[in-house]
Amino acid sequence: MKIYADHAATTAMSGAAIEAMTRCMREEYGNPSSLYRIGQRAKEVLEAARAEVAAVLNARPEEIYFTSGGSEADNQAIRSAALAGKKKGKNHIISTAFEHHAVLHTLEQLKAEGFEVTLLDVHENGVVRPEEVEAAIRPETCLVTVMYANNEIGTVQPIREIGAVCRARGVLFHTDAVQAAGPLEIDVQAENIDYLSASGHKFHGPKGVGFLYARRGVPLLPLINGGAQEKGKRAGTENLPGIVGLSAALKETAAERDAENARLSVLRDRLIAGLSEIPHSALNGDAEKRLPGNVNFCFEGIEGESLLLLLDEKGISASSGSACTSGSLDPSHVLLAIGRVHDVAHGSLRLTLGRENTAEDVEYIIGAVKEVVSYLRGFSPVWRDLESGKTPHLL
Amino acid sequence: MALYSEKVMDHFLHPRNVGVIEDANAIGEVGNAKCGDIMKMYLKIEDDIVKDVKFETFGCGSAIASSSMATEMIKGKPLSEVANLTNKAVTEALDGLPAHKIHCSVLAEEAIHSALEDYRRRQEEA
Repeated sequence: MKIYADHAATTAMSGAAIEAMTRCMREEYGNPSSLYRIGQRAKEVLEAARAEVAAVLNARPEEIYFTSGGSEADNQAIRSAALAGKKKGKNHIISTAFEHHAVLHTLEQLKAEGFEVTLLDVHENGVVRPEEVEAAIRPETCLVTVMYANNEIGTVQPIREIGAVCRARGVLFHTDAVQAAGPLEIDVQAENIDYLSASGHKFHGPKGVGFLYARRGVPLLPLINGGAQEKGKRAGTENLPGIVGLSAALKETAAERDAENARLSVLRDRLIAGLSEIPHSALNGDAEKRLPGNVNFCFEGIEGESLLLLLDEKGISASSGSACTSGSLDPSHVLLAIGRVHDVAHGSLRLTLGRENTAEDVEYIIGAVKEVVSYLRGFSPVWRDLESGKTPHLL
Repeated sequence: MALYSEKVMDHFLHPRNVGVIEDANAIGEVGNAKCGDIMKMYLKIEDDIVKDVKFETFGCGSAIASSSMATEMIKGKPLSEVANLTNKAVTEALDGLPAHKIHCSVLAEEAIHSALEDYRRRQEEA
């Protein structure tokens, strides 16, 4: 049995994307900046891909800037809005405690450069409250950045409501949509989004390519200086095969979205129900406002890395927010942000379902997780203390 | 390259000396759940020799493997030898650990030393 259940980490490339890329590499080797025919044909391919991506988000093609991925797009959007704000004497940024590190580390850097950053509470259910965004806005606020859906616990944020608040208050709004672009229907105009970051490999496209949507007229500075590619906002010869693969994958994902989400939600809810049967376990994040394939649990008395390794032995690829998998002593900042204490956060498991997963996979995963959790608890001194009543159960 | 050596994976997947010794006369517990690692060693010492040893561990793959390896290294050994067990020896016996996992072998050394201290305390009391 081989079950890939880590679609939030990356996804297998779709056949359509591989074919589009292969064709592009074989036939369109021209440089889109060259004036002769093969160059101009490559330029046409590039612009067709841009138009396809824009159409999926209800954006204009000229508002899509291709990047090396989600992290670059996050960095560029945040830095652009912040530096434009600073020029007007606005040095306050609002974000949340459970953003991706591409956002949090950029904000840390801006703090060192004199910006003030407010990180909003994401509450126990892992959902930001729009009224708290509104309350945090000050005259000197230049940017609000809130992720569309969380990468660990899959909670989907009230982006439309936050967008409306920001637009009404005249504050720029960025959303890191790396987990949401593809699986969720996004309308950047209706949702009042000024900047949106996305990454190709999260929706069955290639790695190393993503895009930034930047609404017409918003500040945008290049992170990489050089030639005039991407209207001077991202120098360097375009990664044409990657861009073509990204657009083919996004188009395909968008076309299958409704049916696939309906299918995945059923699998997800069955997985949540099955894992809930494990005593002293708890689902992380809101049960309903979550991505169709995301399941994230904490199990008391065990540590996440050993859980992952044993699941791997059973053919299941999954992920954890334990410190040992993060390479630091602290467990996932996301789990801490929703109020899980360290002891419990170490025993977390993220399973993210996707295109290839079946109902049979879900039953196998439930059986395997039950078995492994019970095995590890069998020789865990923490579990012994919990069961003997020496320390109280938290879940 | 895999995260762990074959030796580590062997001891993680098939840990030796797992469990509890009900009439242990030396018990050592180190680490804390906050940091994600707790090791508990149960020793049965007779005539200054570790007659039996068992462990319980809450922790990652290398913590479990380090506990397992350490118990194997002290079982049947005289206390004079056990007292000299170092984390370096445990790490070497496991064919190495990733740099950020060395603390797991340190915990194993500390758990054994903590058990020996417990033994001495009990001897003094008796």
